[in-house]
Amino acid sequence: AAGEKKPAEKAAGEKKPGKKKTGEKKPAEQKATQREVGEKKKKVKKHHASRNPVLARGIGRYSRSAMYARKALYKRKYTAPETKIEKKKKEKPRATITKPVGGDKNGGSRVVKIRKMPRYYPTEDVPRKLLSHGKKPFCQHKRRLRASITPGTVLILLTGRHRGKRVVFLKQLATGLLLVTGPLVINRVPLRRAHQKFVIATSTKVDISGVKIPKHLTDAYFKKKRLRKPKHQEGEIFDTEKEKYEITEQRKTDQKAVDSQILARIKKVPQLRGYLRSTFCLSNGVYPHKLVF
Amino acid sequence: VFKRFVEIGRVAFISFGPHAGKLVAIVDVIDQNRALVDGPCSGVRRQAMPFKCMQLTDFVLKFPHSARQKCVRLAWEKENINEKWAATRWAKKIEAREKKAKMTDFDRYKVMKAKKMRNRIIKHEMKKLQRMSAKKGKKSEKPEKSEKPEKAPKSAKVQKAQKAQK
Repeated sequence: AAGEKKPAEKAAGEKKPGKKKTGEKKPAEQKATQREVGEKKKKVKKHHASRNPVLARGIGRYSRSAMYARKALYKRKYTAPETKIEKKKKEKPRATITKPVGGDKNGGSRVVKIRKMPRYYPTEDVPRKLLSHGKKPFCQHKRRLRASITPGTVLILLTGRHRGKRVVFLKQLATGLLLVTGPLVINRVPLRRAHQKFVIATSTKVDISGVKIPKHLTDAYFKKKRLRKPKHQEGEIFDTEKEKYEITEQRKTDQKAVDSQILARIKKVPQLRGYLRSTFCLSNGVYPHKLVF
Repeated sequence: VFKRFVEIGRVAFISFGPHAGKLVAIVDVIDQNRALVDGPCSGVRRQAMPFKCMQLTDFVLKFPHSARQKCVRLAWEKENINEKWAATRWAKKIEAREKKAKMTDFDRYKVMKAKKMRNRIIKHEMKKLQRMSAKKGKKSEKPEKSEKPEKAPKSAKVQKAQKAQK
């Protein structure tokens, strides 16, 4: 243990060459070394930037020997901590195994290697990348969100049946679509998904910090359902497909649960309710690139 | 015909260039196109500036030509040009224009509501007066009475607009 400590101390001393742990310590130094021990616990080394400035790519200013001197490697010779001198033989994994072999006059057993050499070496060591290299499926795509869209932002929908309506943003779903709500009583926009690209983010924000959005509102919840069981022949197929969308009870309860929380917060801001009720439109002399949203 | 002249001490407003929007005092005239200009209280260093980018204001300071910056600053602060400028209609118009450009969507909505409310009040009063005058048939009283209610709803609208811009 004493042997272990010495090189560790030496290493520490080299890293901070100014401070030496001698026997006599002044109170200032004592505090400094205490601090140093504390610092050592937090971060072991502070790495120096490259001491070899780059002349061109792959070419450094200094040679190997110059770098040896610059990095003071002559001072930094680390030796492995000496373990106890009684050698404990390292357990090497078995390389061969003897297996019994049948047959007459065969010698009864063979010595067989456990890890054999490869039977084939390919012509190229690094195999060619597949054509589908780097092409991820949709579920693994990276989802981005514009910095201007944060939970509680008022968005202006630009497409869809609710175009022009101002709507409150709740969260981004797993596929990247935005979960958005009117609230329903204000502008008849239910809990719905909206696409980031087809939305204008205004700078008006509602404080949604404490609002709890139910966990079961995912993409699968909002996905359009299509019947795909044509048992009948041509004539009756179109009847079985769901023509009319029906609002399920679960949607109503979820809508109420979310909206009740948000409405309370909307009421606090003066005129915000009327703002969400109104729709966005352009008129003469109004140019979107000049508007500040 | 001309009321504002280029003279030593004339305060000018810079309309374009790197110092657009600032006030300077003309310290000296260099040649037909340029003046030596200094704006110690508006962050413009002493420099030559072409007349084209300057627009003359109504204010004139008193200092001798080529006076140093300290004298210009003293004269400027004595006349309180910064406050006088902020009180002019010119400066107010500029400020209003800037505020309008910075309006967010929500602010625009609030202004629209305020304007609507104001117009309703005015229309209401006008209709009342029209009805009264039509009933009484007196033509001389009409123009007098229509002046008064204009001022009241105007101040309410200005307040609402200021609130919206904040």
